[in-house]
Amino acid sequence: MTPEDLSDRATAELERQQGFRERLHCCTAAGCLSCGAEQLKRELNAQVEARGLSQQVEVHGTGCLGLCSRGPLLRRASDGAVFHELEPSEAGLLLQGDAASEQALAAKRLDPTHPFFAHQQRIVLENAGRVDPQQLDTYLAVGGYSALARAVSELSRQEVLAEVRASGLRGRGGAGYPTGVKWELVAKQPGTTKYIVCNADEGDPGAFMDRSVLEGDPHRVLEGMAIAGYAVGASHGFIYVRGEYGLAIQRLQGAIRQAEREGLLGPRVLDSAFRFRVDIRIGAGAFVCGEETALIASIEGGRGEPRPRPPYPPEKGLWGQPTLINNVETFANIAPILRRGGAWFAAIGTERSKGTKVFAVAGKTVHTGLVEVPMGTPLRTIVYEMAGGIADGGRVKAIQTGGPSGGCIPERLLDLPVDYESLVGVGSMMGSGGLIVMDEATSMVDVARYFMEFCRDESCGKCVPCRTGTVQMHQLLERFCAGQAGEHDLALLKELGTLLREASLCGLGQTAPNPVLSVLRYFPEELEQRLHQDAEAAAAAAPTEPA
Amino acid sequence: MTPPTSESGEYPVTATKDNRQKFLERAMSRQAYAGHALIEVLHTAQELFGHLTPELLREVALKLKLPPSRVLGVATFYNFFSLKPKAEHTAVVCLGTACYVAGAPQLFQALERRRCACAAAEEAKGAAGPARLSVQSARCIGSCGLAPAVVLDGRILPRVTPAQLERALDKIGITA
Repeated sequence: MTPEDLSDRATAELERQQGFRERLHCCTAAGCLSCGAEQLKRELNAQVEARGLSQQVEVHGTGCLGLCSRGPLLRRASDGAVFHELEPSEAGLLLQGDAASEQALAAKRLDPTHPFFAHQQRIVLENAGRVDPQQLDTYLAVGGYSALARAVSELSRQEVLAEVRASGLRGRGGAGYPTGVKWELVAKQPGTTKYIVCNADEGDPGAFMDRSVLEGDPHRVLEGMAIAGYAVGASHGFIYVRGEYGLAIQRLQGAIRQAEREGLLGPRVLDSAFRFRVDIRIGAGAFVCGEETALIASIEGGRGEPRPRPPYPPEKGLWGQPTLINNVETFANIAPILRRGGAWFAAIGTERSKGTKVFAVAGKTVHTGLVEVPMGTPLRTIVYEMAGGIADGGRVKAIQTGGPSGGCIPERLLDLPVDYESLVGVGSMMGSGGLIVMDEATSMVDVARYFMEFCRDESCGKCVPCRTGTVQMHQLLERFCAGQAGEHDLALLKELGTLLREASLCGLGQTAPNPVLSVLRYFPEELEQRLHQDAEAAAAAAPTEPA
Repeated sequence: MTPPTSESGEYPVTATKDNRQKFLERAMSRQAYAGHALIEVLHTAQELFGHLTPELLREVALKLKLPPSRVLGVATFYNFFSLKPKAEHTAVVCLGTACYVAGAPQLFQALERRRCACAAAEEAKGAAGPARLSVQSARCIGSCGLAPAVVLDGRILPRVTPAQLERALDKIGITA
């Protein structure tokens, strides 16, 4: 396919779409699928067939529409209305389009001015509800692969790098390293064999943004990777996907096949001299593989154990060659940046954090699902306005960001604007974007114990501080939960926390104490309460129940 | 196990030779018997045979020209690979943060209770063979909007209560 063919195909697809009176986009992300989206879609198709409407109405799948707690969701293209919790029996109503059926559907209609939608600014998720992940042409129709076409046919490598640097985009995997700087590091390396790696090993419990992007808009990630390949001089890319994400793997495999068939990937990308292939590597259930050096070891077919850095992967990565590793959301931002320019992107967000961030809001809130907000949005807006606060009028106690590497943020700090620095400042981190809301009923000590158990199980065992430190810290927290801890246990917990942070080999061990340390910082009374119980119990000389 | 007869891996290493063996062979040849494809090959092997037997591991080691210790090391490092036969039914409780605070531990307990009861009943009957139900936990299946979630035989049960879960088990014949 040449760049000209690309725009022809896009125009043809747009015309085809305009030929329909109505297009119904069923959310077919994993959340809605498990609420019966497939049955709804099948019923809609059957009804369209039965009513002889196949020339007028098109039904197809699309990526995550966001409000996962109210699935299955459906978006109607003609007026942009989104319907929730649809039953297959309501398929007929959707097709009739008369006043009576509209009336009947009114209760199922989501209010587009609801803050959940109104406060969002969608870049990464812009195609959700517009693109069918299994049909390449629907992606082309919204300008897909035009950024890649422009890069390979009009821009030099330097110009692409400059655009990415100008955007101010930072790594969305959690650490926030400037993407442009990383790309330039790899581009500068001598040698002709370089690799692009997309980290889709989204392991933080409570995070499902990357899964949604891969399921709903896989071509966008491939396009971002190919552009990266062109810019840094790499011709081979790997996507490392969690083994748990079956649907994402399936959609990616389909997307890669389509892209190769159409010459968007392969030996001559869009009829240029640039070649780029993408292979999928499926993870096998090891959280530590999200760490870049462990991920490299795993792609090479070994145990996913990290190694000391430096050398960093941009110098010596996969098979000792310069390797660029970015996460899914980072790559998903690349095509829009090239299409609309780095300056456009840099105008969104805060001084040091540009663009938007996708958060997976879960926990005790009224609405749960995916939201994409500009950097700098106060957490309070996300939790109270967008997610609707706690169900039944309960009170928010804390939110947790950054998964097992992050920390909790108490309610009183919720006015904090979301960006990389502000979250680190309060002892948490951006992480990949999981945001879990906890109410008064949640015990913070139990949550700390939960995360430490997670780190203990997921520690790869290579370095001693992490391997034994997580076990010891977990045991200490068990003592707190059982009310058996003493003063010295509290001191020991702090000491071990510092030790793990200073002495562990990789990010897993270094950040493992964060959830505990943030409980110590914001909810010390909860740990002390447990001590108190212990003193009383000791005084009464009563035997204490083991955990 | 008979010792391998061919360096090139042209001949089957194990005595049993059915279709699955052929599929595994094809998967390895597609990867050009490259050592770095070990994880992909183990994925395929487990998909075909249900679990990774010592014979399978030895065969993979031989064909990919890797030390058996390396293959065993990888197979035991990752949670996904199982060296034991699979049970008839599998229930995976998501223990991600959202599910955890929404009551996943209670679901896990309910499943464990049922599994123990079922295993005891089977033993009383003197039945041999693979267990009927295996209960596992997952570190977030990424369906946090549906917390708490359980994956029963590959199907997600969204926002499930212990009572609903017990009914679902009754349905597939895992009775107390």
